[in-house]
Amino acid sequence: MLLIHCPHCGPRDEGEFTCGGESHIQRPALSASAEDWAEYLFLRHNPAGVTYERWRHTFGCERWFNVARCTVSHRIEAVYAMTEAKPDIA
Amino acid sequence: MRYSLLSLARKAAQGHRDWPQAWRSPEPKPHYDVVIVGGGGHGLATAYYLAKNHGVTNVAVLEKGWIGGGNTGRNTTVVRSNYLFPESAAFYDHSVKLYEGLSKELNYNIMFSQRGMITLAHTRHDLEAQRRWANAMRMNGVDSDLLSLEEMREQVPALDYSPSARFPVIGGFIQRRGGTARHDAVAWGYARAADALGVDIIQNCEVTGFDYDADGVQAVRTSRGTIGAGRVGLTASGHSTVLADRLGFRLPITSYALQAFVSEPVKPVLDKVVLSPATGVYLSQSDKGELVIGGGLDLYASYAQRGNLPTVETVVAGMLTMFPSFSRMRMLRQWAGIVDVVHDSTPVFGPAPVKRVYLNCGWGTGGFKAIPAGGWCMAHMIAKDEPHPLTAAFGLDRFAKGALIDEAAASGIAH
Ligand SMILES: Cc1cc2nc3c(=O)[nH]c(=O)nc-3n(C[C@H](O)[C@H](O)[C@H](O)COP(=O)(O)OP(=O)(O)OC[C@H]3O[C@@H](n4cnc5c(N)ncnc54)[C@H](O)[C@@H]3O)c2cc1C
Ligand SMILES: [Zn+2]
Repeated sequence: MLLIHCPHCGPRDEGEFTCGGESHIQRPALSASAEDWAEYLFLRHNPAGVTYERWRHTFGCERWFNVARCTVSHRIEAVYAMTEAKPDIA
Repeated sequence: MRYSLLSLARKAAQGHRDWPQAWRSPEPKPHYDVVIVGGGGHGLATAYYLAKNHGVTNVAVLEKGWIGGGNTGRNTTVVRSNYLFPESAAFYDHSVKLYEGLSKELNYNIMFSQRGMITLAHTRHDLEAQRRWANAMRMNGVDSDLLSLEEMREQVPALDYSPSARFPVIGGFIQRRGGTARHDAVAWGYARAADALGVDIIQNCEVTGFDYDADGVQAVRTSRGTIGAGRVGLTASGHSTVLADRLGFRLPITSYALQAFVSEPVKPVLDKVVLSPATGVYLSQSDKGELVIGGGLDLYASYAQRGNLPTVETVVAGMLTMFPSFSRMRMLRQWAGIVDVVHDSTPVFGPAPVKRVYLNCGWGTGGFKAIPAGGWCMAHMIAKDEPHPLTAAFGLDRFAKGALIDEAAASGIAH
């Protein structure tokens, strides 16, 4: 069970949120090959360790933000804005 | 040693004291023609069919824990082939057919019970969709029957049929050849039969890396030393992307926890497998009398093999809307497995980007039913270095081609 610190509303129960999957995925140029489009649409990093993902405070302020979370321990390492770069987590 | 009524009687007379080991625990050899990474059902079945169908016996199955300790020993054991598209139907029905003969084939009782798999209809739209689905199955040569409300009442009397039910039941459809099997027995039966044909099953042996270059794979590095490998099969379900990372390629897979529960044992109350598309909950009753309950995925990526409380609450609430009379039932156990989910709920099966490495993954929430056919086709692919016709459409290349096989509904589980 996660306690997620919404940057706008503060700490809230995981049930109020929706996980939107991996963050920082760049849309390729329109001229990209079929392989690049497939990579964009379907390939995921899926690490056993820290992952960077989008979350939405669906039953709250309804805003999106980024979370760095360990997929093994479920520990939340950082919460940061959609437009921010990935924090470096050792 | 062959298992039979006679051998059972003989050992019983001796107090069951000297049954031989079902499989050896050999030291790893320096080199194998084929190394299989992951000793779940798919890895063990692959090894068995390599030896049995193709005469390839210099094979090792490397398992980081104990065989069947992954999803194969954690699943809710439903076997069925009620898929929508011809490619899936042909593959999964081959698997059900192999299950039908498997106890005999392996000389090991896998307790396959074809009790029937029922999907409930709660709305007119469900009825229409099921008519299409059941007819598609028949067109694909798979058995299916639509059930009227009267038939439903007869088949599953314990469901809530009251007009005030949260999700009223108005019909459903059944695959009568669907059912359940004993999950551990499937792993153990394949292990014992593969071992008897010369396959080395090596437990407590984690694969930590690979020696490979542009010419392909040469060896696997393990917690028990480096082992040379002519060909490598990856059958590591939820950990497949971890292995792919070590081979320098990526997969269209995300790992999630999927939970299951069993109740205390009770008198016979449910002799079918029942799934509600509205609650995403499905259940059956084991031979011991326990209700075996499954539901939707935990909702974020995870390698923590335990599952989260909110999903427990959702599943239990869903079960109670279907079967209010179970409200006093005590739950005995809860657990989770890490499943390998793919966008179109179709496996990823085919040659890997590294030469002489082969993929068998992406089973997500539904690969137990696929074990016999998965092993069958994987063995063919490894022995002949070409995909088996039954899995030709499941390759990694389908994503760039846009040739997805969207079995979201037939996967039966909410994602
Ligand atoms: C709760 C739950 C319910 C389910 N219900 C059903 C169902 O009713 N019907 C159905 O058809 N399917 C069901 N499934 C899905 C099914 O269990 C799986 O798809 C199937 O068991 C996959 O088999 P496998 O052999 O590919 O993987 P696994 O059985 O997971 O085997 C993979 C093995 O690889 C090993 N491994 C991983 N990494 C390494 C490494 N680096 N080195 C060595 N070994 C490694 C693991 O320890 C594991 O034993 C369910 C799954 C779960 C979790
Ligand atoms: Zn908020």
